[in-house]
Amino acid sequence: MKLQLKGVTKRFGTFTANDQIDLTVQPGEIHALLGENGAGKSTLMNTIYGLYSPDEGEILLDDEPVRFSGPGDAVAAGIGMVHQHFMLIPVFSVTESVMLGYEPTKGPGLIDFTEARRRVKEISARFGFEVDPEAMIEDLPVGAQQRVEIIKALSRDAKVLILDEPTAVLTPQETDELISIMRQLKASGTSILFITHKLREVRAIADKITVIRRGKVVGEATPESTETELASLMVGREVSLTTQKEPAQPGETALSISGLSVVSAQGKTLLDDVSLEIARGEILCIAGVDGNGQTELTEAILGIREAAAGTITLDGTDLGPKSVKQRLNSGIGFVPEDRSTDGVIAGFSITENFVLDQYDQPPYSNGVAMKHEVMRAAAAEQTSRFDVRLGTVDDPISTLSGGNQQKVVLARELSRDNRLLVASQPTRGVDVGSIEFIHRTLIEERAKGTPCLIVSTELDEVLNLADRIAVMYRGRIIGTVPGDTDRDVLGLMMAGVPAEEAKAQAATHHTVLGEADAEAEEQA
Amino acid sequence: MSEQTTAPETTAVHAEPLEQAEARLQPIRWKFPVTYILLGLLSLLVFTLLIPSGAVTQFRVSTANDFITFDAINVPSFGTALVLSILQLALAAWAVYAAVHRIRLGAWHPVLFGILFVLAFLVYAGAGRGAFIPMVTLLSGALMLSVPLIFGAMCGLVGERSGIINIAIEGQLLAGAFLAAVAASFFTSAYVGLLAAPFAGAAVGALLVWFAVKYHVNQIIVGVVLNVLVIGLTSFFYSTVLTQNAELWNTRQQLPRLPIPGLSQIPIIGPVLFNHTILVYLMYVIVFALSILVFKSRWGLRMRAVGEHPKAADTVGINVARTRVINTILAGAIAGMGGAYFTVGQGLAFGQEMSAGQGFIALAAMILGRWNPKGALLAALLFGFSTSLGQTLSTIGTPVPSEMLLMLPYVITIFAVAGFVGRVRPPAAEGVPYIK
Repeated sequence: MKLQLKGVTKRFGTFTANDQIDLTVQPGEIHALLGENGAGKSTLMNTIYGLYSPDEGEILLDDEPVRFSGPGDAVAAGIGMVHQHFMLIPVFSVTESVMLGYEPTKGPGLIDFTEARRRVKEISARFGFEVDPEAMIEDLPVGAQQRVEIIKALSRDAKVLILDEPTAVLTPQETDELISIMRQLKASGTSILFITHKLREVRAIADKITVIRRGKVVGEATPESTETELASLMVGREVSLTTQKEPAQPGETALSISGLSVVSAQGKTLLDDVSLEIARGEILCIAGVDGNGQTELTEAILGIREAAAGTITLDGTDLGPKSVKQRLNSGIGFVPEDRSTDGVIAGFSITENFVLDQYDQPPYSNGVAMKHEVMRAAAAEQTSRFDVRLGTVDDPISTLSGGNQQKVVLARELSRDNRLLVASQPTRGVDVGSIEFIHRTLIEERAKGTPCLIVSTELDEVLNLADRIAVMYRGRIIGTVPGDTDRDVLGLMMAGVPAEEAKAQAATHHTVLGEADAEAEEQA
Repeated sequence: MSEQTTAPETTAVHAEPLEQAEARLQPIRWKFPVTYILLGLLSLLVFTLLIPSGAVTQFRVSTANDFITFDAINVPSFGTALVLSILQLALAAWAVYAAVHRIRLGAWHPVLFGILFVLAFLVYAGAGRGAFIPMVTLLSGALMLSVPLIFGAMCGLVGERSGIINIAIEGQLLAGAFLAAVAASFFTSAYVGLLAAPFAGAAVGALLVWFAVKYHVNQIIVGVVLNVLVIGLTSFFYSTVLTQNAELWNTRQQLPRLPIPGLSQIPIIGPVLFNHTILVYLMYVIVFALSILVFKSRWGLRMRAVGEHPKAADTVGINVARTRVINTILAGAIAGMGGAYFTVGQGLAFGQEMSAGQGFIALAAMILGRWNPKGALLAALLFGFSTSLGQTLSTIGTPVPSEMLLMLPYVITIFAVAGFVGRVRPPAAEGVPYIK
């Protein structure tokens, strides 16, 4: 089915999220929509899917204009969508999830479970998915959940499939499987519109690329374009994608964690016997699919989560009996993974957020009194060093964009003498142009001799920053490998394969992304 | 494609030791074993050792107008209580063993323990009193007292499963009781009252869902306000119209008992379960229907989807607001019908605030029953039984003050709501307005 957008415009109040978007997806084409966070990709997808109605312009399916009053209409017209945050209900079974809204029934509204299961099995068999129709969604790994979403779309005979950031939560191997599914679908005539901000994938998968920036289509490209070309089209200026760094000069061991375990209130093991060491002047990256214990590890180091077993020592001092405040004051810089809930207080000013964890420490205070002028001066100085785009430092931090808020958090944590830096997802939601700057700043922090623990689910980021990489899987460290380890090996480790085995397996098979890496290296 | 098959295999190999690790690290849960031991010791030291020697406890297991009548059962009090206490302590020891080895025991364990404990208590309470313990009255009383609780719990369940917290069950019961009494009195027919009652509950439900869905008002606050509103309105009408012209508006009407031929003749079970008014039989039908429909019907699946993740429901074309409105009004009708029990169900005229907090106990029964019709039914029966026990024992006279026994439902409620029953999982989106 051919999907065509003509002059689609969507406004929220005075803000124009989509401005005169023109786009054509041919039948059996994989069309990538490339753009930064906040460029208007998701708004556009939700408009196509009937969740929003466009203020101007029209949507055509096979050259017929269509109007959707809700997602039900879009589905009926043959549009399927896999949302970035899966629209699955954790306590439902796979069968229940797939049939929801389109239940086969018998008798007085009772569901025909046999028929529903048969449909799930039929579609999974057709595309070689191995999904147990009886499994509960919450027990499935994210890759399998995504396949459930795809089955859901296909069970409604989707002719146009929209995938919103489908690879954000996948390992390279899972991404590979997704690519092969997409190619199978393409061969069977399904059109795919695939939204992403990841340049490498776009080139590996797409037949055609449309780039949008600030709600407007800024150009079209082919998979032959280089990553740098795509990046500058997406950002609107030249950007460098990799950060040059000197080899690490590790000093003595600073942070040492041994046998650390954390158990949830429900008795579930979240961290299982984790041991690691970080030396001065070294960056250790924690790689892994989201939700494998990374959050708990950083929280245990900061002390907001109690350890069930094990010790954490920093420069020879046991952190166990220390409170969170003592740990922060002793020089632990902490960048939380979700800045909006844990990093900043939206209603506070930029200055107040800047001193959030040091407001009672010199030079910002003196006895009971806070020194507002010192705070404001420091905030102004550091935010300008971190290139935060702001009006004045007295504005509420909520007036800043997500990327600029993140820079304020980093400015706060990096503007003092740290004995340890713990940063989770330091560039989440940050525009491509700022990523390089943040990476450079982190490497500078390493050069000052600070041991850095950086948690990231983005393999690009891990490969860019790490001196050593520890991969976490189900609360365990599955292995610690050098910083230049092959992406495919890391991907297998992220799925729970130990390092040696992962190396052997990766040597026999390269994923599409792994090959793209090798190619990029050859060019460089 | 090669790793597509190999990767999951290797994952499975590593998953195994991980399960063991989880078991090793899980803290031992002592609260149930400790409770059993304490209750078992109470049974042994108080219920058994305080029994005067040679005392006999008499149980009466049939009523005079039964088809088959049995003689009263006489048991030696001390010996029986001793055996029951030892069995309880054995179950407690089993629970300790299970806790140490982290084995999960099924629901039968607390149920069996509870039955033994209650029997031991009855043996003690009736020891040497010369009065019979009327088992049929005790059990049928338990069922009767559970009726408004069960209706209320089903109402709460349907509302919360679709994402609307309903604190106004109390008000819905009271409104149902009021309208049932007034309609029954005006038409001099208890059945008309029964038909009218659901409309009163549905009206309160409609107000709740209107504020919750249309204006996104905090549902707990709306619920509390509606309770106050219903109490105020019914009390106002009671003290004005209903008292001035009681002959017309507030005479007593009672639903007749309809013994089910055959079934009601079965010893014990017959008089306890099958010799009731149509309201009780309707309750059986509603509980049975809900226990199937919530999990196996299209209506139930969509209701649960809306209560767990409304956006996901919206993306498959389910109208979230409409689902919530319809289900909350339907739930209100169920509670309203339950309210009829207070007036036409018991053959009483309407009295001020006659629902007396039962709506809140119903809410607790729903939580204790984990938002599941069968569970809520059992929890409501437990509350009804403890009330019935208190009433029965206060008539035959016991060593324990009956006020203490009447406290029991509330004590259980506090433990239930404080999460003593373990991990309860409410519908994820309950109380959260869905704003596109």
